[in-house]
Amino acid sequence: MKTAIETHNLTVAYNRRPVLWDIDFQIPEGQLIGVLGPNGSGKTTLLKSLMGLVQPSSGYVRLFGQSLDEVRSRISYVPQRESVDWDFPISVREVAVMGRYRKHKLLGRLNKEDHRLADEALEKVGMLSFADRQIAQLSGGQQQRVFVARALAQQADLYLMDEPFAGVDAASEEAILSLLKEMKQAGKTVLIVHHDLHTAHQFFDWMVLLNTRLIKCGPTSSVFTADYLKQAYGGQLTILSQVSDLVKARDFPIRERSFKDQPK
Amino acid sequence: MNAFWIILTGALVATSCGLLGTFLILRKMAMVGDAISHAVLPGIVIAYLLSESRDVLPMLIGAAALGVLTTFMIEFLYQKARLQIDASIGITFTWLFAIGIILISLYAGQVDLDQDCVLYGEIAYVPLDLWITESGRLLGPRPVWILSGVLALILLIIILGYRGLKITTFDPEYAAAVGISTVFWHYLLMSAVSVTTVVAFESVGAILVVAFLIVPPATAYLLTEKLHNMLLLTVGLGILTAVSGYYLAVWIDGSVAGAMAVSSGVFLLLAVLFSPSTGVLTQRFRQQAIPVPAQGYKER
Ligand SMILES: Nc1ncnc2c1ncn2[C@@H]1O[C@H](COP(=O)(O)OP(=O)(O)O)[C@@H](O)[C@H]1O
Ligand SMILES: [Mg+2]
Repeated sequence: MKTAIETHNLTVAYNRRPVLWDIDFQIPEGQLIGVLGPNGSGKTTLLKSLMGLVQPSSGYVRLFGQSLDEVRSRISYVPQRESVDWDFPISVREVAVMGRYRKHKLLGRLNKEDHRLADEALEKVGMLSFADRQIAQLSGGQQQRVFVARALAQQADLYLMDEPFAGVDAASEEAILSLLKEMKQAGKTVLIVHHDLHTAHQFFDWMVLLNTRLIKCGPTSSVFTADYLKQAYGGQLTILSQVSDLVKARDFPIRERSFKDQPK
Repeated sequence: MNAFWIILTGALVATSCGLLGTFLILRKMAMVGDAISHAVLPGIVIAYLLSESRDVLPMLIGAAALGVLTTFMIEFLYQKARLQIDASIGITFTWLFAIGIILISLYAGQVDLDQDCVLYGEIAYVPLDLWITESGRLLGPRPVWILSGVLALILLIIILGYRGLKITTFDPEYAAAVGISTVFWHYLLMSAVSVTTVVAFESVGAILVVAFLIVPPATAYLLTEKLHNMLLLTVGLGILTAVSGYYLAVWIDGSVAGAMAVSSGVFLLLAVLFSPSTGVLTQRFRQQAIPVPAQGYKER
């Protein structure tokens, strides 16, 4: 299988304080990947350095075996929801169509195809009926779905999403998750920053466990163990006490969700 | 005829400033215009010392250069020193203004000058500042020509750069992720703001420029939920402000710039009260209109 994302000795520092230290991993194409770690462990920073939004102090990143600039059109990014002003005078459809903006197409007109792809993306996340609303009039979950739609409209092969499930209602979570699975079926690679350990092991095929250093990267079954989780979450007792339960739960994977997902 | 030229000048400034101000407000940088109005002082003094004249052109160039420097300094303090944006703006313009004061005091003997020379253009005098060609033809007021040129430039930037400005204002991080240069669009906008404000200061005075930069866009912001409507509405409001402000000035026989600024404030007040979505009074009416569930109604 080909490698979608690789980092080599990636170190990133803010004001000389390292927040990522010597991160080295490789992730194959076509996976649903979760990036996990406690608050401030550098998850967002990892995504930003993959997108070239922060400069590493050492090391480098390869996407599909190439540098970011060579493959930028194949990569799509969903920032954290808090990163924009949701009172901005802009409609849902206008945000989605931004997924069609390109560096060199900024001056030309958007064509019919661009608008069709944006609407199609909104349809997929169940937001087409809200297309003309101002974004301020949406719930948090709906806003997040609009962000996902914008990324979909970009028609990329690799999606990097920062906490798409944060503050999302159950309906939106379900909608986003099934979409992600669909994308995976279509051969896309999706990397997601996630903070909820309870759902993580159900969602992802592959995991990157982070706490400034890379704790472990690999298939979920090899990463989601009490030992590695303890290393990542360190002394956070409340979480630690849950961890053993979670790991036990994983060993008995017969859950409602798995039944529902069975093809009929 | 004088009325026509004054109103036209006001409308030109309102349109240019309003279009740029819309983006400034959405970028939470509304006070940049005010900052530039102070920070240009050292530029004016230096231009005066170098050119040894009170010609307008060198001073405009000096002022515009300082305007651009102001935006660089603000950006430096905000991005690199990681100060808040309002603190960055405040520090920059007080500091540059202070340097201007020091320069004036150092060269007190030679400088018969303060920012009045450039900053307190007076809109009422616009019709007197005629442009006459070598052959003696009368082409109308000089500021009208200059401001029309500035407006043409801004329209070009806003129309061609609409999408670039929109995406880098709404979501700069995403824009950068798809490879769009946020730095380029930032400085394009800020250079346009510097040049426009400085040119407009010279024709109509600083107060009116700062008012047109902020108030009509803020009014439009309350009235619409779409960016392009906000731009169009800002222009409409700006022109309305120029017209109504002029007649207000005639009526009270007072300062034209003051009356225009006041009139822009009146429109803002109306919007605050009656905006369809957020209006203070609209909401009160609406609350009364919401039907109260009958007794025994159960929420499902
Ligand atoms: N722009 C920045 N400047 C300085 N420090 C930052 C910046 N962004 C993040 N940090 C710090 O870097 C660390 C990692 O942040 P982040 O990558 O956002 O973590 P996570 O997303 O895992 O919560 C945190 O301690 C945070 O305070
Ligand atoms: Mg984060």
